[in-house]
Order: sequence, then structure tokens, then C-alpha cells
Amino acid sequence: MEWTGLFFYLVSFLIASGIYAILCLALNIQWGMGGLFNAGIAGFFAVGAYASAIMTTAPSDKHLGGFGMPVPVGLVAAAVLAGLAGWAVAKICVRLKSDYLAMASIGIAEILRLVIVNAERVTNGSLGIAGIPRPFDGWVQGRAADLLFLGFVWVIVAAAYVVSQRLHDSPWGRTLRAIRDNEAAARAAGKDVERFRLQTFVIGCAIMGVAGGLTAHEFKFLSPAATEPLMVTFLVWVMLMAGGSGNNKGAIAGGLGIWAIWSMTEILTNQLLPPEWITRSSYIRILLIGLLLQFVLQKFRSGLIPEASPPIRFKGD
Amino acid sequence: MTALLSVQGLTAGYGGMPIIEGVDLDVEENAVAVIIGPNGAGKSTLLKSIFALTKIAGGTIAMAGRDITGLATAALVPIGISAVPQNRNVFPNLTVAENLDIGTYAAPPRDRARTEANILALFPDLRAKLGQPAGELSGGQRQMVAIGRALMSEPRLLLLDEPTAGLSPAYLEKIFDLILDVRKTGVTILMVEQNARQALRIADRAHVLVNGRNFISGSGAELLANDNVRRSFLGGGEAA
Amino acid sequence: MIEFINYYLIPALTLGSIYALGAVGISMIFGILRFAHFAHGDLMTVGAYGVLTAVWFVPVHPLLLIPVGAALAIAAALAVDRFFYRPLRQLATIYTVISSFGVALIFRSLAQLLWSSDNQVLVKGVTPPLVLFGTFRIAALHAEAIALTLVIAVALHLFLTRSKTGRSMRAVSDEPELAAVAGIDTEKVIRWTWVIAAALAAIAGVFAGMDTTVHPNLGWNLQLAMFAAAILGGIGKPMGAIAGGFIIGLAEELSTYNWVGDNPLISPSYKTAVGFLIMVALLIFRPQGLFRGRLL
Repeated sequence: MEWTGLFFYLVSFLIASGIYAILCLALNIQWGMGGLFNAGIAGFFAVGAYASAIMTTAPSDKHLGGFGMPVPVGLVAAAVLAGLAGWAVAKICVRLKSDYLAMASIGIAEILRLVIVNAERVTNGSLGIAGIPRPFDGWVQGRAADLLFLGFVWVIVAAAYVVSQRLHDSPWGRTLRAIRDNEAAARAAGKDVERFRLQTFVIGCAIMGVAGGLTAHEFKFLSPAATEPLMVTFLVWVMLMAGGSGNNKGAIAGGLGIWAIWSMTEILTNQLLPPEWITRSSYIRILLIGLLLQFVLQKFRSGLIPEASPPIRFKGD
Repeated sequence: MTALLSVQGLTAGYGGMPIIEGVDLDVEENAVAVIIGPNGAGKSTLLKSIFALTKIAGGTIAMAGRDITGLATAALVPIGISAVPQNRNVFPNLTVAENLDIGTYAAPPRDRARTEANILALFPDLRAKLGQPAGELSGGQRQMVAIGRALMSEPRLLLLDEPTAGLSPAYLEKIFDLILDVRKTGVTILMVEQNARQALRIADRAHVLVNGRNFISGSGAELLANDNVRRSFLGGGEAA
Repeated sequence: MIEFINYYLIPALTLGSIYALGAVGISMIFGILRFAHFAHGDLMTVGAYGVLTAVWFVPVHPLLLIPVGAALAIAAALAVDRFFYRPLRQLATIYTVISSFGVALIFRSLAQLLWSSDNQVLVKGVTPPLVLFGTFRIAALHAEAIALTLVIAVALHLFLTRSKTGRSMRAVSDEPELAAVAGIDTEKVIRWTWVIAAALAAIAGVFAGMDTTVHPNLGWNLQLAMFAAAILGGIGKPMGAIAGGFIIGLAEELSTYNWVGDNPLISPSYKTAVGFLIMVALLIFRPQGLFRGRLL
């Protein structure tokens, strides 16, 4: 009995870390390859999550729809809507330098989340959307469904990896890295820097939207609490930095590794701490993750799996 | 007469690639010394490494007989060295008076009021601009603010990196005249210049740097008369 | 009219004071250290908890205990700079930005651990408002916050224009390399920047905590509006940031006034979006701010 418990703990661990791996791959396209500082991951994630939830749930008078569509349709809608949101943001913000882009993207993400909380007729506000289906719901029941969903998630991880890898190795990806490392030179070579950045941002946001949709289907219930910047934006950044930004394998490794640390510290704090501290254990874990990020930034900047071709550095006289 | 500044075998550059290599240089007390040479010869790097703005890989620097190799910029100012960089040589949002004031922080002058009065006597144009932000001044006036700021710490040696860069020909003459005026107050000057011909005319001593090494040295007049220098560095024309 | 002043204008100026004091620090750090400090709001939180704790031991008016909160925030800022930001100083500043996100979480989780995540009050009981000319009713805190902020603005202006340290700070903000050439000790200037920015953040945090309650997200929730104020005022222009703070505060509060008809112009639940929107619009159309600040 203990073993099956452990087994299904592992299954839910792998589902969650798979979704984080997708987010890391998406961020890696934007930051690792494109040098775009997106601090509003949670916003695009939330758009995708709500899009897929509304598309796939049965009709309800509590929120918009649902439209009762199959899950893949929901995920496509998630990608399209999050990509559109990304396009609108990129259209106006992509020229901004990194610090400003960070502020703008975090601001827009917060506005999106604010809209989600307040647009009760569309999203049912803070009460959330219930009854979100999983793919193949009619076929299997119970815990086997978890296994099937695990497979579904990791198929999408694999797809996102292949897409990212293709992008990375293509002339498009090379141009992107050239822009990241030396914008002036790329401009001088006649590259339309803004267009490349726009495309990068949109692709990344669309993938973030898919991750959002998957999260909605994983929990079968969606409320604004699932789109907390801490768990979505911040943790993904830590994962990518630790995994190795610029490297797609590193992005997946970071998603798995940091989620493993996050999950294991939960077990540890729950077992080691006196009962009156249990309620505060999540704060200890956040503290540890914050410190871990500092360690990564200072001593481990290239990450678990560093970028294959190191960035070209130029140094002035 | 011993040299005020003595540089021996100076090597400096980035990431193992030396930009200057084994450069020797002596600057006599109260002289105007000029460094000229083609673009990329390492002239600015030489000046920066003397002023500890670039890490040096080898060689020694001595000021008035004291070894100052490896001292930080902030420690060089109190010893009596000031520098004016080529670009961005004023604080644009600070007034002219504040720019001058900044010059006293690292090495307070003995008599601040007198030092400031002397500097304003050198640059009377600045007197009416003291309350204006330095960013609103013309290029030539900025150069005056920059030199004035450097003189506020009463340096014995003033390093100037291309003081006439970007200035109109009319101002160019004026700045060279001012440099001679500064020398009259007892300050020794070491400067890098692109306008080689005019610079050599006011130089007591000149050094030509090529590919990061000493090429030729002599008095300004000697180099102006030197065929080799004329052909390669003075645009080939006749000696003016 | 009276209602407008009592219920909209005065609270707006109070909110503006809070933003102004936070934005000054953000602007100075942006100008001198050249990065967007995303842990600044949480520095406010640290300051507020410092005063909250002091009030437990010395039950006097919280504003009198500001030095305790300021000292705690200053110590936190200097420690974080020494151990987390300084090792990254030679790298692209974006690494420091990422680090500051982590620091924000470290501050917040420490606040949650040490003081719990509950809402806690700084002042118990209700203080009657000040009544001026029989019609203007101003909460004592609001009057104090606005007055103190204006005093601080004047003092800061004098410090930055008259004192050696203040001028050195402006010089480093203007031209860091030239400041080094002039022999200015940049690390000392940076330390002073943290001292002032953290102290002002703590004061802003206490105002915010007294106006509502003290809780771990206190500063983080105000942070983006403070960024908006700093950008509005022009990066590296502390007085601009103060003006920017008041403008953003006014814009947020007054957007909920019933300018047209009987309903609020904007639903109060979208109030915070006003600050964000101003920030995003500024970043796009006028990133140098209203007062010609610098661009990074």
C-alpha cells in the first residue's frame, strides 16, 4: 500500500514538474534565446488556464461558456489567446530595455490577473471554475487517469522541447542569439530586431498559455489562486537560472530539479518541524528558494546544463 | 632634473591581449608632454593605465620618485594626479559650480577659495555660467569645466585624453592656449592628441606610440621636423 | 466639494506621500546602482514590522518609533547589498534585478515566519479626525503623513544639493565613470544610497501600515505604483519621484470619484490598475518621464 502511495506521489510530482518544464522551455525561448525579460509569466499562464477551462467545461451559468469542447481544442485556444496577449504586450513593450520590460510585463500581468478576479461573469471571480475535464476522461477512471494525464503532459513537454530545439538550431534561432549578444551588430547586418523579438515573445507566451491550460486540467478546478506570481513567475525563473538558460535540456532539468527540491523540502519541513510551525513551513521553503537563487546567481550562473555555444562577448576599449 | 612621472615597461590590456606593451615614458616637471600615434595605438589605454582605470599587467609607474604602481584612482588624486577623460567629462545635471566642487572631494585644496578664483581666472568664460547645469554648455566650455574640475584638487600632474576631440577649429586653438596657461601655473601636463601637428607645436616633449609600443620620442620641434613622423602621422605635408 | 476634499483628495495625497517616499528610493537606486530594485516594497514591509515590534515593547505613538523601523530596514538593505547585490556588481545589471526578486521573497517569507501572515494593527482604537474650519475633516495620520513627506522632500533636496555626500551621489548617478576619475568613493556613495532609500521606505511602510494594517504583502502590493512614480518623475531625479508619487496617488484615488454621473469613473476594484497602466503607458511613450530623467 505504501508503495502505491509513493508511486502516485511520484506521478503527481512528474505531472507538476512536466508543466513547469514547459514553462521553463517557454521562458528559455524568451530569455535564454531572445534575452527578453518576461516578469509576467503568471499573466500569460492565467490567460491560457482560463481559456482552456472555459472552452472545455460543460455549460454553466456561473461563468462564460463553458463550451464543452475537447481538451486539445481548449489547449489550442489557450495557446492562441495567450499568444495574442503576448503579441499585444510585445507590440508595445518589446523595444524596452530589460529592466523596463520587467516592469512593464509584471504590470501587465497584474492587470490581467486583476481583470480575471473582477470579471466575474467571465471567470466566476475568486470562486473559480469547477468541473474542468481531463483528456480521455470517458476512457479511464481513478488513478489510471493520473497516469494517462502524466503521459499526455510529457508528450506536450516533448513537443515543446522539439519545437524549442528546432527554433534554437534554425537560422531564426541563430539570428535571435546574435541579437541577444550584440544587438547593434545584428541591426547593422540588416536584421529586423523588433520583428524577431516580437515573434520570440509571442511563441513563448503561447507555450506559457498551454502550460496554464494543463494546470487547469490537472486540478480540474481553477481559481485566481492558481496563478500566483510566486509559484508561476518566480519559481520558473529560479528553475531556468538553475537549469541553465539558453539550453533546452537545462530548462527541463531545472524544472524537474527545482520542483524536486520544492517538493522534498515540503516533506522534510512537515516531518522535522514542531507541529505549531507546520503552517509556516511553506514560508521556510520560499526563503530557501530565495537563498538558492542567490547561490545560483553567484556561484552557478551557467546552470546545470550550460548553453552549448557560449554567448559571444564583446568588450570595448 | 628628475622626471615627475616615470613609466617603465608598462604593459596593459584586456584578457591577456596586451594593448600597450613595454612602454617607457618620462614626463619632466612643468612640461607639456604629448602622446600621438595612429588610431588603436593604445594612447588612451596608456593614459588609463597610468590613472589606474585599466588593470596593468606589468611595468612600474613612479610619481616624483615614489612607486605608485597598483594604487587605486581614488588614492592617486591626493598624490597630485588628476585626469580628464575624453568623452563624458562633465556631470551634465550638476551646475558648473558643483562640477568644480566635486574636484575637491578626493583631495581638498589648501585654500579652496583661492584655488577656485585661480581657475576662474584661467577660464573667465565660466564665471557667468556657474549656476548653469554643465550639460547645457558648448563642447569647448565643457572642456573648460572638465579641466577646471581636475585642477580643483591642485594636482601636480594633469592627464588629458584628447582635449580637443570634437571641437571646432576655433576652439581647438583656444584649448591649446589654455593648456599652456595651465602649465604657467606650475602644473605638468601629459596629454593624448589626435590633432598631432598643433599638439606638437606646444609640446616640450612628444612620444609617438605605434601598435602599443614606443616608436619615437623627442621634443615637439624635433618630431615636427622628422620626415618619418611627418609622412606617417602628420598627413604627409610639408613642415608648417 | 467638501466631500471631495475629505474623502478623495486628502486620502489621495496620503497615498501619494506613501508612493513618493518609496519612489524616491527606487529612483535613487535606479540612478546610482542602475537597476530596478524589485525588493523595495518589501523593504517597506520590513520597516513597518520593525515599528510594529517596537510598539509592542514601547507603547507610544508609532510615528515616534520610526527610527527603529528605519534602522531595521537600513540594516536589511546594507546586508542584502553586501551579500547578494555586490557580488553581481560587475555583471550585466539584469542579474541584480533577478537577485532582487529573490530578495523580495526572502524579506517576505522572513516577515511571514517571524510575524505571521496575519493583518496586524499599529494603532489600536480610533483617533478622532482633526476638524478644520468646521468642515474639513482630516484624519490625524493623513495630516501627519502629508506634512512629514513634504518636510522630508525639502530636507532631501537640501542634502542632495548642499552636502558633499549628496553631491557625490548625484555625480555618481550622472556619470559613474567620471565620478571614479574624480576620486569619489563609489562604494561609500552606494552605502549612503541604501541608508537613505531604506529609511524612506521604512517611513512609507509605517504610513501604509497605519493607514490600513501591517501584513507581509504590504510593500509588494504598492511597489508597481512606486515604480510608476519613479519613472514618471524621471529616473535619477529624486524630486521628480516625489512629484511622481503624488501624481500616481492622485490618479489612483481620484479615478474612483464620480466625475461623470453618480457612479465612480472607474470601479474601485480596478484602482490599482490605474497606476500600472500609467507606468506601462509611460514606458512606451515617455520612458524618460515628465522631468527628463535618464534612460538606462
